[in-house]
Amino acid sequence: MEYISIIVGLLLIIFGLWGVLTQKNILKIIIGFSLFDTGLHVVMVSISYVKGRTAPILDDTVSIADAAKKIVDPIPQALVLTAIVIGLGVTALMLAYAMKMYKQKGTLDISGYKELNG
Amino acid sequence: MIRNSLIFIVLLGFATMMYTLYANFDGNTELNNVARFYANEQNIQDVGAANLVTAVVVTYRGLDTLGEVTILFLTAAIIGFFLKLQQANASHGEPKRKPSEIFETAARVLTPIIFVLGIYVFVNGHLTPGGGFQGGAIIASSFVLMLLVGQTGHFNSKLFNIIESISGVVFVFVGALGIALAGGFLDNRIMEMGTFGTLLSAGAIPIIYIFVGLKVGSELSNILGNFREVQQEN
Repeated sequence: MEYISIIVGLLLIIFGLWGVLTQKNILKIIIGFSLFDTGLHVVMVSISYVKGRTAPILDDTVSIADAAKKIVDPIPQALVLTAIVIGLGVTALMLAYAMKMYKQKGTLDISGYKELNG
Repeated sequence: MIRNSLIFIVLLGFATMMYTLYANFDGNTELNNVARFYANEQNIQDVGAANLVTAVVVTYRGLDTLGEVTILFLTAAIIGFFLKLQQANASHGEPKRKPSEIFETAARVLTPIIFVLGIYVFVNGHLTPGGGFQGGAIIASSFVLMLLVGQTGHFNSKLFNIIESISGVVFVFVGALGIALAGGFLDNRIMEMGTFGTLLSAGAIPIIYIFVGLKVGSELSNILGNFREVQQEN
């Protein structure tokens, strides 16, 4: 199981990078960044997975005493929680800039943005 | 041609890096030392949160969360500033098509339910999966429905700004109380710990998470509202 999730995460990262590098439409580039982000989250969570264990939430099935033997690592999950929120903020900013660019140039195609060429 | 092959090389390099990561990965069988500290029986009793992720996010690494909330605030502020600037020189166009009857009625039924679900998620953040950020996002999603139907009329960003500021101040204040009454900044043992696993437990964690939820919810709603305002101006 852990192999499936890490493969999916790595593929998402590569697809996202491919999208960022090849697409011309600025919205598709933003989608590529989001895919990259999601892939990183999936990889982070799956690396911290411990075989045959459950989520780090204690209830009737996982008591306090045997928590150390039954739960997975909570830290990467907390980090991913942080990363998701930051990713959301970054996406919102990128969309705001895309909106501004569209208003200025009347196109979403980045080959129309001449002054950004080096 | 050169461009395409460069892209191919970059992707191939990345794929090789990823493959090394995958090849060395064989699943853990034990918790590492840091995780064992968080799963330690005595430490769980001390913090009192049944959801260990919440314990990490709000107490052990609470300062991190404060920084994260600040980043979100900064994003909302930049977007607000940026889109307002744009608005000043935008011209008015004809109004958009009205939403259909079915959509309008469904949104009116669903909005309060989604709102209550959001509140439930952040109030129970220390017991069940979820917490302030997730609850805030759910509240913002109910706000999206309201925006799509156009129920909000003129979007009132002042109210959201007030809620957001008050929540931020309370978050820092509760954190600072920890210095005075307990072990340090954002220590949750400033009040009655309660019974483990019930709603009123884990000291200050529910209070902090409720305000984080309100703050995140109002920030996201503000961002969405700003996008909407600019769209209407076009």
